[in-house]
Amino acid sequence: METPEVRKSPLSRRLEAIPPSGIRRFFDLVRSVEGIISLGVGEPDYATPWHIREAGIYALEKGYTMYTPNTGLPQLREAIARYLEENYGVAYNPETEVLVTVGVSQGMDLAMRAILNPGEEVIIPDPAYVAYVPCALLAGGKPVPIPTTGEEGFRLSHERVAQAITPATKALLFGYPANPTGTVMPRRELLALAELVRKHQLIAVSDEIYARLVYEGEHTCFAALPGMKERTILLGGFSKAYAMTGWRLGYACAPTEIIEAMTRVHQYTMMCAPIMAQMAALEAIRNGDAAVKEMAREYNHRRRAIVKGLNAIGLPCPEPQGAFYAFPSIRATGLSSEEFTEKLLMEEKVAVVHGSTFGACGEGYVRCCYAVSLPAIEEALKRMGRFMARYGR
Amino acid sequence: MTEKEKEFLRILEKDPRTTPEKIATMTGSSPQAVEKAIKKAEGEGVIVKYKTVINWEKAGEEQVMALIEVKVAPQRDVGFDAAAERIYRFPQTRSVYLVSGTYDLAVLVTGKTMQEVAAFVAEKLSPLESVQGTVTHFLLKRFKEDGDILVGKETTPRLPYTL
Repeated sequence: METPEVRKSPLSRRLEAIPPSGIRRFFDLVRSVEGIISLGVGEPDYATPWHIREAGIYALEKGYTMYTPNTGLPQLREAIARYLEENYGVAYNPETEVLVTVGVSQGMDLAMRAILNPGEEVIIPDPAYVAYVPCALLAGGKPVPIPTTGEEGFRLSHERVAQAITPATKALLFGYPANPTGTVMPRRELLALAELVRKHQLIAVSDEIYARLVYEGEHTCFAALPGMKERTILLGGFSKAYAMTGWRLGYACAPTEIIEAMTRVHQYTMMCAPIMAQMAALEAIRNGDAAVKEMAREYNHRRRAIVKGLNAIGLPCPEPQGAFYAFPSIRATGLSSEEFTEKLLMEEKVAVVHGSTFGACGEGYVRCCYAVSLPAIEEALKRMGRFMARYGR
Repeated sequence: MTEKEKEFLRILEKDPRTTPEKIATMTGSSPQAVEKAIKKAEGEGVIVKYKTVINWEKAGEEQVMALIEVKVAPQRDVGFDAAAERIYRFPQTRSVYLVSGTYDLAVLVTGKTMQEVAAFVAEKLSPLESVQGTVTHFLLKRFKEDGDILVGKETTPRLPYTL
């Protein structure tokens, strides 16, 4: 048989637009060095509160090992709807407007696949969580990054968004409190974005996974803004607030038409979220409030300690208002964020995430997770202080 | 007591060595305000004392502990208080509680040996006029004490680098 001249790629062209994550290399590096303090994590340092774990164990004992309805256990959907109404005053019908997902990650994928036609544009802040752009690309959409700056606290400017809107714009995708910046958008700025969403008939995809981790003021649920419930896909979950990352459980709330479309994708690609995780989540949402508050209080202590410490060693860092990340500027070193991260890792054994991972506008910054014990934060700051004594200017 | 002040106390309860400067940083207050609040709490008896939790067994020190149920005849005017005082003044008692149920006082006693604890019950506790009866339970294993798990710490296998 003749060999064809040009090799036929076994891969989808769509994937070519998605470069492999540069994080892999750092992950291997971090694992290869002994005695590292890692601020490069993206999850709580707590194990899931015991009463929630116990509910998961009980579910297994009782034989909850089967499928659930595609959209999730009815009692969990009801609990989610009640929770959102009590906390944010936005009322979803648990029968038709709530879908239980495998984390916000899957909810994001479903949302993109449900709403995007090829080439339709999705406006995304830069920097932002690493999955936003790939999710839009995988669904055939065109991500349109909107620059944000440290000087503006990485808030998303509605003027810049307005300038980026074209006839092809379909959606506005964001998450506040934000990973990696810890930014919380003030209500009045969200209202300005809501006005754009309404005016241009866009869909807002709001990732509110960090909603419970707001340290100054209160969380504003985007769907609860006037007229926004009809135009929003609200994505929430249990991972961060309840320290349940490994359970992989989240939810999406949206108008019936959209939830129905998302459920169609979900039923053919996922069937349903795991039942024991749903049972544990039910316990979390019913009885987990005290544990959430306790963990948030601890994060808040660490937040203040790390911000003060970073500023003191010459890494300017405004106070992040939510999530569990500090995002200091490293410009004083003259290093790129990737160089900084690698040198810090090899020379002082502290792992942080270089800001450029999260978008071009993250260059010049690094992400430091403070869901790490206070003594570990103090030791990391000491080491970073030594590093800055060498590289700071 | 303000929420902020309670916040200081929660931090101290977990680690009494936390300095006022550090508490100030953690809570967004000034060291002076923290010091003032701590002085006040000490003065009012809100802070009873600062102590260290020691696992004496690990230090190679034998220790025997017993939970003793004590049935007491309440007395006119003072109820159980007088009997409780007679008991809690003995330094062998670690904790003394008035409880509801089939007995009245729950008393935690420590000693170097079982004989020492047994002798305390037989010679000091039982002979008290108001004590009608005792049931002694020797502690066989301590799993958790005052909120601290003593039998091994849970370590969670968190990945070192995730987004």
